[in-house]
Amino acid sequence: MAVSNHSYEAIVVGVSAGGLVALAEVLPKLDKDMTLPVMIVQHQSHDSDDFLVRYFDDLCRHSVKEVEDKMPVESGTIYFAPANYHLLVEPDKTFSLSTEARVNYSRPSIDVLFESAADTYMDRLVGIILTGANSDGTNGATRIKELGGLIIAQDPETAEADAMPMSVIKHVQVDHILALNRIGDFINSLNQKEN
Amino acid sequence: MNRAGENIKNEQIEIKLLLEAVSLKYGYDFKNYSFAHLKRRLEKRLNSSDMDNFSQMQHRLIYDASFFNLILLDLSINVTEMFRDPWVYKKIRGTVIPVLKTYPYINVWHAGCSTGQEVYSMAILLEEEGMKKRAQLYATDFNELILSRAKDGIYPMDVMREYINNYHKSGGKNDFSDYYAADYNHAIIKHGLREKILFSSHNLVTDGVFGEMNLIFCRNVLIYFNKELQNRVLKLFYDSLCPGGFLCLGTKESIKFSELSDAFEIVCEQEKIYRKRR
Repeated sequence: MAVSNHSYEAIVVGVSAGGLVALAEVLPKLDKDMTLPVMIVQHQSHDSDDFLVRYFDDLCRHSVKEVEDKMPVESGTIYFAPANYHLLVEPDKTFSLSTEARVNYSRPSIDVLFESAADTYMDRLVGIILTGANSDGTNGATRIKELGGLIIAQDPETAEADAMPMSVIKHVQVDHILALNRIGDFINSLNQKEN
Repeated sequence: MNRAGENIKNEQIEIKLLLEAVSLKYGYDFKNYSFAHLKRRLEKRLNSSDMDNFSQMQHRLIYDASFFNLILLDLSINVTEMFRDPWVYKKIRGTVIPVLKTYPYINVWHAGCSTGQEVYSMAILLEEEGMKKRAQLYATDFNELILSRAKDGIYPMDVMREYINNYHKSGGKNDFSDYYAADYNHAIIKHGLREKILFSSHNLVTDGVFGEMNLIFCRNVLIYFNKELQNRVLKLFYDSLCPGGFLCLGTKESIKFSELSDAFEIVCEQEKIYRKRR
Protein backbone atom coordinates (compact mmCIF):
# COMPACT_ATOMS: atom_id res chain seq x y z
CA MET A 1 0.00 0.00 0.00
CA ALA A 2 1.38 3.40 -0.93
CA VAL A 3 1.62 5.88 1.90
CA SER A 4 2.89 8.79 -0.24
CA ASN A 5 6.43 10.00 0.10
CA HIS A 6 5.71 11.60 3.46
CA SER A 7 8.06 10.41 6.20
CA TYR A 8 7.17 9.78 9.81
CA GLU A 9 8.89 10.03 13.15
CA ALA A 10 6.60 8.36 15.66
CA ILE A 11 3.46 6.26 16.08
CA VAL A 12 0.85 6.63 18.83
CA VAL A 13 -1.71 3.92 19.50
CA GLY A 14 -4.92 4.13 21.53
CA VAL A 15 -6.67 0.94 22.57
CA SER A 16 -9.17 -0.09 25.20
CA ALA A 17 -11.52 -3.09 25.59
CA GLY A 18 -10.19 -6.06 23.62
CA GLY A 19 -6.72 -4.54 23.50
CA LEU A 20 -4.64 -7.51 24.58
CA VAL A 21 -5.78 -9.60 21.62
CA ALA A 22 -5.59 -6.71 19.16
CA LEU A 23 -2.07 -5.68 20.20
CA ALA A 24 -0.94 -9.31 20.11
CA GLU A 25 -2.02 -9.35 16.46
CA VAL A 26 -0.28 -6.09 15.55
CA LEU A 27 2.91 -5.71 17.58
CA PRO A 28 4.70 -9.03 16.93
CA LYS A 29 4.32 -8.39 13.18
CA LEU A 30 6.49 -5.29 13.29
CA ASP A 31 9.77 -5.74 11.43
CA LYS A 32 12.99 -5.15 13.27
CA ASP A 33 13.89 -2.43 10.74
CA MET A 34 10.64 -0.59 11.45
CA THR A 35 12.34 1.73 13.88
CA LEU A 36 9.63 4.34 14.56
CA PRO A 37 8.97 4.55 18.30
CA VAL A 38 5.49 3.21 19.15
CA MET A 39 3.73 4.80 22.13
CA ILE A 40 0.66 3.01 23.43
CA VAL A 41 -2.14 3.96 25.79
CA GLN A 42 -4.02 0.81 26.71
CA HIS A 43 -6.84 1.52 29.15
CA GLN A 44 -6.48 -0.68 32.21
CA SER A 45 -7.43 -0.83 35.84
CA HIS A 46 -5.70 1.78 38.02
CA ASP A 47 -3.91 -0.88 40.06
CA SER A 48 -2.62 -3.00 37.17
CA ASP A 49 1.01 -4.08 37.38
CA ASP A 50 3.46 -4.25 34.48
CA PHE A 51 1.98 -7.47 33.05
CA LEU A 52 1.34 -5.92 29.62
CA VAL A 53 4.94 -4.85 29.28
CA ARG A 54 6.37 -8.22 30.27
CA TYR A 55 3.89 -10.04 28.02
CA PHE A 56 4.69 -8.00 24.92
CA ASP A 57 8.40 -7.85 25.61
CA ASP A 58 8.40 -11.65 25.26
CA LEU A 59 6.24 -11.54 22.15
CA CYS A 60 7.86 -8.74 20.14
CA ARG A 61 11.08 -8.23 18.23
CA HIS A 62 11.29 -4.70 19.62
CA SER A 63 12.19 -3.73 23.12
CA VAL A 64 9.01 -3.03 25.12
CA LYS A 65 9.09 -0.64 28.07
CA GLU A 66 6.75 0.90 30.60
CA VAL A 67 7.37 4.63 30.56
CA GLU A 68 9.08 6.28 33.50
CA ASP A 69 9.01 10.04 33.83
CA LYS A 70 11.55 11.90 31.63
CA MET A 71 12.52 8.78 29.70
CA PRO A 72 13.82 9.84 26.27
CA VAL A 73 11.85 8.60 23.24
CA GLU A 74 14.12 6.15 21.44
CA SER A 75 13.73 4.59 18.03
CA GLY A 76 12.91 0.91 17.71
CA THR A 77 11.14 0.85 21.05
CA ILE A 78 7.54 0.19 22.05
CA TYR A 79 6.30 2.15 25.06
CA PHE A 80 3.28 1.61 27.29
CA ALA A 81 1.75 4.26 29.54
CA PRO A 82 1.84 3.11 33.17
CA ALA A 83 -1.49 2.37 34.85
CA ASN A 84 -3.05 5.38 36.58
CA TYR A 85 -0.83 8.02 34.91
CA HIS A 86 -1.42 10.15 31.86
CA LEU A 87 1.38 9.90 29.32
CA LEU A 88 2.58 13.03 27.50
CA VAL A 89 5.34 13.77 25.00
CA GLU A 90 7.36 16.92 25.64
CA PRO A 91 8.67 19.20 22.87
CA ASP A 92 12.22 17.86 23.52
CA LYS A 93 10.98 14.31 22.75
CA THR A 94 11.07 13.00 26.26
CA PHE A 95 8.08 11.53 28.08
CA SER A 96 6.37 13.08 31.05
CA LEU A 97 3.65 11.68 33.28
CA SER A 98 0.76 13.29 35.08
CA THR A 99 -1.77 12.29 37.72
CA GLU A 100 -4.24 15.02 36.85
CA ALA A 101 -7.93 14.14 36.70
CA ARG A 102 -9.21 11.42 34.41
CA VAL A 103 -10.01 12.47 30.86
CA ASN A 104 -12.93 10.59 29.24
CA TYR A 105 -13.11 8.64 32.53
CA SER A 106 -9.62 7.37 31.78
CA ARG A 107 -6.12 7.72 33.17
CA PRO A 108 -4.10 7.18 31.07
CA SER A 109 -6.18 8.89 28.42
CA ILE A 110 -5.59 8.43 24.70
CA ASP A 111 -6.48 12.07 24.01
CA VAL A 112 -3.76 13.30 26.38
CA LEU A 113 -1.06 11.26 24.63
CA PHE A 114 -2.30 12.04 21.11
CA GLU A 115 -2.63 15.80 21.66
CA SER A 116 0.80 16.23 23.24
CA ALA A 117 2.47 13.98 20.65
CA ALA A 118 0.73 15.92 17.84
CA ASP A 119 2.17 19.20 19.16
CA THR A 120 5.63 17.65 19.19
CA TYR A 121 5.73 15.65 15.95
CA MET A 122 3.14 17.63 13.96
CA ASP A 123 2.88 16.19 10.42
CA ARG A 124 5.36 13.41 11.19
CA LEU A 125 3.02 11.54 13.52
CA VAL A 126 0.84 8.49 12.87
CA GLY A 127 -2.14 7.89 15.17
CA ILE A 128 -3.84 4.50 15.32
CA ILE A 129 -7.17 3.83 17.03
CA LEU A 130 -7.91 0.21 17.80
CA THR A 131 -10.73 -1.62 19.56
CA GLY A 132 -12.49 0.05 22.50
CA ALA A 133 -15.89 0.70 24.03
CA ASN A 134 -15.72 4.48 24.46
CA SER A 135 -14.70 7.55 22.48
CA ASP A 136 -11.34 8.41 24.04
CA GLY A 137 -8.88 9.27 21.27
CA THR A 138 -11.28 11.11 19.00
CA ASN A 139 -10.18 14.57 20.15
CA GLY A 140 -6.56 13.56 19.96
CA ALA A 141 -7.00 12.19 16.45
CA THR A 142 -8.62 15.47 15.46
CA ARG A 143 -5.54 17.35 16.65
CA ILE A 144 -3.21 14.99 14.78
CA LYS A 145 -5.16 15.59 11.55
CA GLU A 146 -5.14 19.38 12.06
CA LEU A 147 -1.38 19.26 12.26
CA GLY A 148 -1.02 17.17 9.12
CA GLY A 149 -0.43 13.73 10.64
CA LEU A 150 -1.90 10.41 9.55
CA ILE A 151 -4.84 8.62 11.21
CA ILE A 152 -5.60 4.92 10.96
CA ALA A 153 -8.73 3.36 12.43
CA GLN A 154 -9.20 -0.33 12.95
CA ASP A 155 -12.07 -1.56 10.79
CA PRO A 156 -14.90 -1.71 13.35
CA GLU A 157 -16.03 -5.03 11.82
CA THR A 158 -12.79 -6.56 13.06
CA ALA A 159 -12.87 -4.91 16.51
CA GLU A 160 -13.91 -6.69 19.66
CA ALA A 161 -15.49 -3.38 20.76
CA ASP A 162 -16.35 -1.09 17.85
CA ALA A 163 -17.30 2.19 19.60
CA MET A 164 -13.82 3.70 19.69
CA PRO A 165 -12.92 3.20 16.01
CA MET A 166 -16.51 4.14 15.03
CA SER A 167 -16.23 7.41 16.93
CA VAL A 168 -12.99 8.40 15.26
CA ILE A 169 -14.31 7.41 11.81
CA LYS A 170 -17.43 9.51 12.42
CA HIS A 171 -15.68 12.65 13.65
CA VAL A 172 -12.29 12.66 11.94
CA GLN A 173 -11.25 12.45 8.31
CA VAL A 174 -9.33 9.22 8.82
CA ASP A 175 -6.76 8.27 6.20
CA HIS A 176 -7.17 4.51 6.31
CA ILE A 177 -9.62 2.05 7.80
CA LEU A 178 -7.83 -1.27 8.08
CA ALA A 179 -8.73 -4.77 9.17
CA LEU A 180 -6.85 -5.78 12.31
CA ASN A 181 -4.70 -8.34 10.50
CA ARG A 182 -3.43 -5.69 8.02
CA ILE A 183 -2.34 -3.04 10.50
CA GLY A 184 1.07 -4.57 11.30
CA ASP A 185 2.05 -4.74 7.62
CA PHE A 186 0.80 -1.22 7.08
CA ILE A 187 3.06 0.09 9.86
CA ASN A 188 6.00 -1.77 8.30
CA SER A 189 5.32 0.05 5.03
CA LEU A 190 5.52 3.55 6.52
CA ASN A 191 8.37 5.70 5.36
CA GLN A 192 10.71 6.62 8.14
CA LYS A 193 12.51 9.88 8.58
CA GLU A 194 16.18 9.58 7.72
CA ASN A 195 18.24 10.39 10.76
CA MET B 1 5.41 23.55 8.17
CA ASN B 2 1.67 24.00 7.68
CA ARG B 3 -0.41 26.78 9.23
CA ALA B 4 -1.46 24.67 12.19
CA GLY B 5 2.16 23.77 12.81
CA GLU B 6 3.15 27.41 12.86
CA ASN B 7 0.34 28.12 15.30
CA ILE B 8 1.77 25.53 17.68
CA LYS B 9 5.10 27.39 17.65
CA ASN B 10 3.34 30.72 18.16
CA GLU B 11 1.39 29.33 21.09
CA GLN B 12 4.61 28.12 22.68
CA ILE B 13 5.87 31.71 22.55
CA GLU B 14 2.64 33.02 24.07
CA ILE B 15 2.79 30.47 26.89
CA LYS B 16 6.41 31.34 27.68
CA LEU B 17 5.49 35.03 27.85
CA LEU B 18 2.53 34.25 30.09
CA LEU B 19 4.79 32.34 32.49
CA GLU B 20 7.21 35.26 32.52
CA ALA B 21 4.30 37.54 33.45
CA VAL B 22 3.29 35.20 36.28
CA SER B 23 6.83 35.25 37.58
CA LEU B 24 7.20 39.05 37.37
CA LYS B 25 3.83 39.81 38.88
CA TYR B 26 3.32 37.08 41.46
CA GLY B 27 6.77 35.56 42.03
CA TYR B 28 5.77 32.00 41.16
CA ASP B 29 8.18 30.44 38.70
CA PHE B 30 6.58 27.83 36.44
CA LYS B 31 9.05 28.32 33.60
CA ASN B 32 10.70 24.97 34.20
CA TYR B 33 7.56 22.91 34.57
CA SER B 34 6.94 20.16 32.01
CA PHE B 35 5.76 22.09 28.99
CA ALA B 36 3.19 19.61 27.69
CA HIS B 37 1.59 19.48 31.13
CA LEU B 38 1.53 23.27 31.50
CA LYS B 39 -0.03 23.69 28.09
CA ARG B 40 -2.79 21.18 28.86
CA ARG B 41 -3.69 22.92 32.10
CA LEU B 42 -3.65 26.41 30.61
CA GLU B 43 -5.60 25.24 27.57
CA LYS B 44 -8.28 23.83 29.81
CA ARG B 45 -8.64 27.17 31.60
CA LEU B 46 -8.67 29.01 28.28
CA ASN B 47 -11.39 26.77 26.87
CA SER B 48 -13.62 27.36 29.88
CA SER B 49 -13.18 31.14 29.66
CA ASP B 50 -14.42 33.79 27.23
CA MET B 51 -10.88 34.42 25.98
CA ASP B 52 -9.49 33.41 22.60
CA ASN B 53 -5.78 33.00 23.22
CA PHE B 54 -2.96 32.87 25.74
CA SER B 55 -1.99 36.50 25.17
CA GLN B 56 -5.41 37.61 26.36
CA MET B 57 -5.00 35.31 29.33
CA GLN B 58 -1.67 36.90 30.11
CA HIS B 59 -3.23 40.37 30.17
CA ARG B 60 -6.09 39.22 32.36
CA LEU B 61 -3.93 37.50 34.96
CA ILE B 62 -1.69 40.54 35.34
CA TYR B 63 -4.65 42.78 36.17
CA ASP B 64 -6.90 40.27 37.94
CA ALA B 65 -5.37 38.48 40.93
CA SER B 66 -8.47 36.38 41.46
CA PHE B 67 -8.10 35.00 37.94
CA PHE B 68 -4.46 34.22 38.67
CA ASN B 69 -5.53 32.28 41.76
CA LEU B 70 -7.59 30.01 39.53
CA ILE B 71 -4.55 29.38 37.39
CA LEU B 72 -2.45 28.72 40.46
CA LEU B 73 -4.89 25.97 41.43
CA ASP B 74 -4.92 24.64 37.86
CA LEU B 75 -1.17 24.27 37.98
CA SER B 76 -1.00 22.45 41.28
CA ILE B 77 -2.20 18.88 40.90
CA ASN B 78 -3.60 17.61 44.17
CA VAL B 79 -4.33 13.97 43.56
CA THR B 80 -3.25 12.02 46.63
CA GLU B 81 -4.37 9.27 49.01
CA MET B 82 -3.53 7.95 52.43
CA PHE B 83 -1.08 5.05 52.08
CA ARG B 84 -0.97 5.63 48.33
CA ASP B 85 0.74 2.64 46.69
CA PRO B 86 0.47 0.60 49.91
CA TRP B 87 3.28 -1.72 48.84
CA VAL B 88 5.65 1.26 49.04
CA TYR B 89 4.67 1.88 52.67
CA LYS B 90 5.11 -1.80 53.37
CA LYS B 91 8.67 -1.53 52.07
CA ILE B 92 9.28 1.61 54.14
CA ARG B 93 8.13 -0.33 57.19
CA GLY B 94 10.30 -3.33 56.43
CA THR B 95 13.43 -1.70 55.00
CA VAL B 96 13.74 1.95 56.00
CA ILE B 97 12.24 1.97 59.49
CA PRO B 98 14.74 -0.58 60.95
CA VAL B 99 17.57 1.76 59.91
CA LEU B 100 15.82 4.86 61.23
CA LYS B 101 15.31 3.10 64.57
CA THR B 102 19.06 3.20 65.10
CA TYR B 103 18.93 7.02 65.37
CA PRO B 104 18.00 8.76 68.64
CA TYR B 105 15.89 11.32 66.76
CA ILE B 106 14.73 11.55 63.16
CA ASN B 107 13.47 14.26 60.80
CA VAL B 108 11.10 13.44 57.97
CA TRP B 109 10.18 15.88 55.21
CA HIS B 110 7.19 15.54 52.93
CA ALA B 111 8.00 17.93 50.10
CA GLY B 112 4.97 18.91 48.03
CA CYS B 113 2.60 17.47 50.63
CA SER B 114 -0.55 18.62 48.85
CA THR B 115 -3.62 18.04 51.06
CA GLY B 116 -1.61 16.03 53.60
CA GLN B 117 -2.77 12.44 53.20
CA GLU B 118 0.70 10.98 52.81
CA VAL B 119 2.24 12.82 55.74
CA TYR B 120 -0.57 11.62 58.02
CA SER B 121 0.06 8.11 56.71
CA MET B 122 3.69 8.46 57.75
CA ALA B 123 2.67 9.79 61.18
CA ILE B 124 0.50 6.68 61.66
CA LEU B 125 3.31 4.41 60.53
CA LEU B 126 5.79 6.03 62.92
CA GLU B 127 3.33 5.75 65.81
CA GLU B 128 2.81 2.06 65.12
CA GLU B 129 6.54 1.51 64.95
CA GLY B 130 6.97 3.18 68.35
CA MET B 131 8.94 6.09 66.88
CA LYS B 132 6.49 8.91 67.25
CA LYS B 133 8.15 10.43 70.30
CA ARG B 134 11.51 10.72 68.62
CA ALA B 135 10.41 11.95 65.23
CA GLN B 136 9.62 15.35 63.77
CA LEU B 137 7.64 15.52 60.55
CA TYR B 138 7.76 18.51 58.22
CA ALA B 139 5.20 18.97 55.48
CA THR B 140 5.60 21.67 52.87
CA ASP B 141 3.79 22.90 49.80
CA PHE B 142 4.00 26.07 47.72
CA ASN B 143 0.26 26.55 47.65
CA GLU B 144 -0.99 28.18 50.88
CA LEU B 145 -4.60 27.24 50.30
CA ILE B 146 -3.73 23.58 49.84
CA LEU B 147 -1.39 23.73 52.82
CA SER B 148 -4.16 25.02 55.07
CA ARG B 149 -6.32 22.10 53.99
CA ALA B 150 -3.49 19.73 54.83
CA LYS B 151 -3.22 21.31 58.26
CA ASP B 152 -6.96 20.89 58.85
CA GLY B 153 -6.70 17.15 58.20
CA ILE B 154 -10.37 16.82 57.34
CA TYR B 155 -11.35 14.34 54.63
CA PRO B 156 -14.66 13.11 53.26
CA MET B 157 -15.83 9.86 54.85
CA ASP B 158 -16.30 8.09 51.51
CA VAL B 159 -12.62 8.45 50.59
CA MET B 160 -11.57 7.44 54.11
CA ARG B 161 -13.30 4.12 53.46
CA GLU B 162 -11.05 3.65 50.44
CA TYR B 163 -8.00 4.56 52.49
CA ILE B 164 -8.82 1.71 54.92
CA ASN B 165 -7.94 -0.81 52.20
CA ASN B 166 -4.65 0.90 51.49
CA TYR B 167 -3.87 1.01 55.20
CA HIS B 168 -4.30 -2.73 55.63
CA LYS B 169 -2.38 -3.55 52.42
CA SER B 170 0.47 -1.40 53.72
CA GLY B 171 0.83 -3.61 56.77
CA GLY B 172 -1.24 -1.45 59.14
CA LYS B 173 -1.45 -3.04 62.55
CA ASN B 174 -4.47 -1.42 64.17
CA ASP B 175 -8.05 -0.45 63.59
CA PHE B 176 -7.76 2.42 61.08
CA SER B 177 -10.68 4.23 62.68
CA ASP B 178 -8.54 4.76 65.79
CA TYR B 179 -6.76 7.50 63.86
CA TYR B 180 -9.66 9.83 63.22
CA ALA B 181 -12.88 11.15 64.65
CA ALA B 182 -15.82 10.99 62.30
CA ASP B 183 -19.23 12.47 61.87
CA TYR B 184 -21.62 11.35 59.17
CA ASN B 185 -19.76 12.99 56.27
CA HIS B 186 -16.26 13.80 57.39
CA ALA B 187 -13.30 12.44 59.26
CA ILE B 188 -10.78 14.58 61.11
CA ILE B 189 -7.34 13.19 61.78
CA LYS B 190 -6.83 12.92 65.53
CA HIS B 191 -4.87 15.60 67.29
CA GLY B 192 -2.09 13.29 68.49
CA LEU B 193 -1.01 12.72 64.89
CA ARG B 194 -1.40 16.30 63.75
CA GLU B 195 0.74 17.70 66.58
CA LYS B 196 3.79 15.80 65.27
CA ILE B 197 3.70 17.63 61.96
CA LEU B 198 5.00 21.10 61.22
CA PHE B 199 3.29 22.51 58.13
CA SER B 200 5.00 25.32 56.30
CA SER B 201 5.18 27.05 52.97
CA HIS B 202 8.14 26.04 50.85
CA ASN B 203 8.57 26.29 47.10
CA LEU B 204 10.86 23.65 45.62
CA VAL B 205 11.44 25.86 42.60
CA THR B 206 12.77 28.88 44.43
CA ASP B 207 13.46 28.04 48.10
CA GLY B 208 16.53 26.47 49.63
CA VAL B 209 17.77 23.61 51.78
CA PHE B 210 15.48 22.30 54.48
CA GLY B 211 17.10 20.91 57.64
CA GLU B 212 19.03 17.70 58.34
CA MET B 213 16.59 15.11 57.09
CA ASN B 214 16.71 11.35 57.59
CA LEU B 215 13.92 10.69 55.13
CA ILE B 216 12.46 12.82 52.36
CA PHE B 217 9.18 11.92 50.70
CA CYS B 218 8.41 13.59 47.41
CA ARG B 219 6.02 11.54 45.35
CA ASN B 220 4.49 12.56 42.05
CA VAL B 221 5.77 16.11 42.30
CA LEU B 222 8.86 15.86 40.09
CA ILE B 223 6.78 14.56 37.16
CA TYR B 224 5.52 18.12 36.67
CA PHE B 225 9.04 19.55 36.37
CA ASN B 226 11.34 19.53 33.36
CA LYS B 227 14.75 17.90 33.57
CA GLU B 228 16.57 21.09 34.52
CA LEU B 229 14.27 21.74 37.45
CA GLN B 230 14.34 18.08 38.48
CA ASN B 231 18.12 18.35 38.71
CA ARG B 232 17.82 21.41 40.92
CA VAL B 233 15.31 19.79 43.24
CA LEU B 234 17.20 16.50 43.49
CA LYS B 235 20.30 18.51 44.42
CA LEU B 236 18.22 20.32 47.03
CA PHE B 237 17.13 16.96 48.46
CA TYR B 238 20.70 15.69 48.41
CA ASP B 239 21.84 18.75 50.36
CA SER B 240 18.93 18.44 52.81
CA LEU B 241 19.62 14.80 53.68
CA CYS B 242 22.03 13.61 56.33
CA PRO B 243 24.60 11.08 55.07
CA GLY B 244 22.77 7.80 54.49
CA GLY B 245 19.41 9.58 54.51
CA PHE B 246 16.58 8.11 52.44
CA LEU B 247 14.68 9.60 49.51
CA CYS B 248 11.36 8.19 48.35
CA LEU B 249 9.98 9.27 44.97
CA GLY B 250 6.80 8.36 43.07
CA THR B 251 6.83 4.83 41.64
CA LYS B 252 7.10 6.04 38.03
CA GLU B 253 9.69 8.70 38.83
CA SER B 254 13.38 7.98 38.64
CA ILE B 255 16.73 9.57 39.31
CA LYS B 256 18.06 7.55 36.36
CA PHE B 257 17.56 10.37 33.84
CA SER B 258 18.98 13.08 36.11
CA GLU B 259 22.44 14.43 36.90
CA LEU B 260 22.13 13.08 40.44
CA SER B 261 21.87 9.42 39.43
CA ASP B 262 25.25 8.60 40.97
CA ALA B 263 24.71 10.56 44.17
CA PHE B 264 22.21 8.05 45.52
CA GLU B 265 22.22 4.29 45.80
CA ILE B 266 19.08 2.35 44.93
CA VAL B 267 17.52 0.71 47.98
CA CYS B 268 14.29 -0.53 46.37
CA GLU B 269 14.03 -0.33 42.59
CA GLN B 270 10.25 -0.75 42.22
CA GLU B 271 9.32 1.42 45.19
CA LYS B 272 11.80 4.13 44.17
CA ILE B 273 13.51 4.31 47.52
CA TYR B 274 17.03 5.75 47.34
CA ARG B 275 19.76 6.47 49.84
CA LYS B 276 22.26 9.31 49.84
CA ARG B 277 25.75 7.95 49.36
CA ARG B 278 28.07 8.65 52.29
